[in-house]
Amino acid sequence: MTATSTREAEILLDPDVPLVRITREFDAPPEKVFRAHTDPDLVVQWLGPRGYEMRLDHYDCHTGGSYRYLHVADGAEYGFHGSFHEVRPPEVIVQTFTFDGDPDGVSLDRQVFEDLGNGRTRLIATSLVDSFESRDAFVASGMETGIQESYQRLDELLAG
Amino acid sequence: MAADPLSRVFSALADPTRRDMVARLAVDDATLTELAEPYDVTVQAVSKHLRVLEDAGLVSRRRDAQRRPVHLEAEVFDLMTKWIERYRRQAEQRYRRLDDVLQSMPDDVAAVPPATPPQPGATP
Repeated sequence: MTATSTREAEILLDPDVPLVRITREFDAPPEKVFRAHTDPDLVVQWLGPRGYEMRLDHYDCHTGGSYRYLHVADGAEYGFHGSFHEVRPPEVIVQTFTFDGDPDGVSLDRQVFEDLGNGRTRLIATSLVDSFESRDAFVASGMETGIQESYQRLDELLAG
Repeated sequence: MAADPLSRVFSALADPTRRDMVARLAVDDATLTELAEPYDVTVQAVSKHLRVLEDAGLVSRRRDAQRRPVHLEAEVFDLMTKWIERYRRQAEQRYRRLDDVLQSMPDDVAAVPPATPPQPGATP
């Protein structure tokens, strides 16, 4: 085993551009990490939020391809879809991401796979949206609680 | 200026000077003059920053005291930090599952799966 330092995911909310960036290192070469992003049989094993079943409608991860999937839990279904704009193994995936419930909203996602040598990879995943409001709502919502609950909690605090 | 309370908190903290002011107020209350000291800007400019933080509910000023010290509303600040941390933690959990998937994969795997023509009637 190679030494593992600073393994936890790091987050950046850019103050000048409405983007969120997550950086994480993996004990696997870029080819493997890339395959886990492009192979539908592997994607379903990790991409969905905890407690949700991930159901693929289709997942064609190549340049010009598209995807649609559902996160399902306790009768609730959340659908997401998008297009793959650039898939260049094992370096970069550029894709769009849209929540079915907000079809005009879109996030432009770029995932860069950096070869760190010694069989390690740094993944830099950036999501860019069109306003700070969207970015912040995106970060504050998550899947389990939802934006309304977050707002209510803030309203209570601000009122108190 | 963003309309809803959440965006006001986030955009108030988007500015480096205001973030720095908040960091100092996290240590102790301070007056406007004290807050303005380290910056190469007018007290007026700092006062403007303060008003943005006040509008977002991040700080308050005591009306009763002569000095009107600025006070950090720590609960509001913590809530925002918690949201960001929760988002980060969700990503971390996702990537821990990815760690497990990577462990279960053979070492000599190709970066993309072999192309398979769609099969009529088959579930992908």
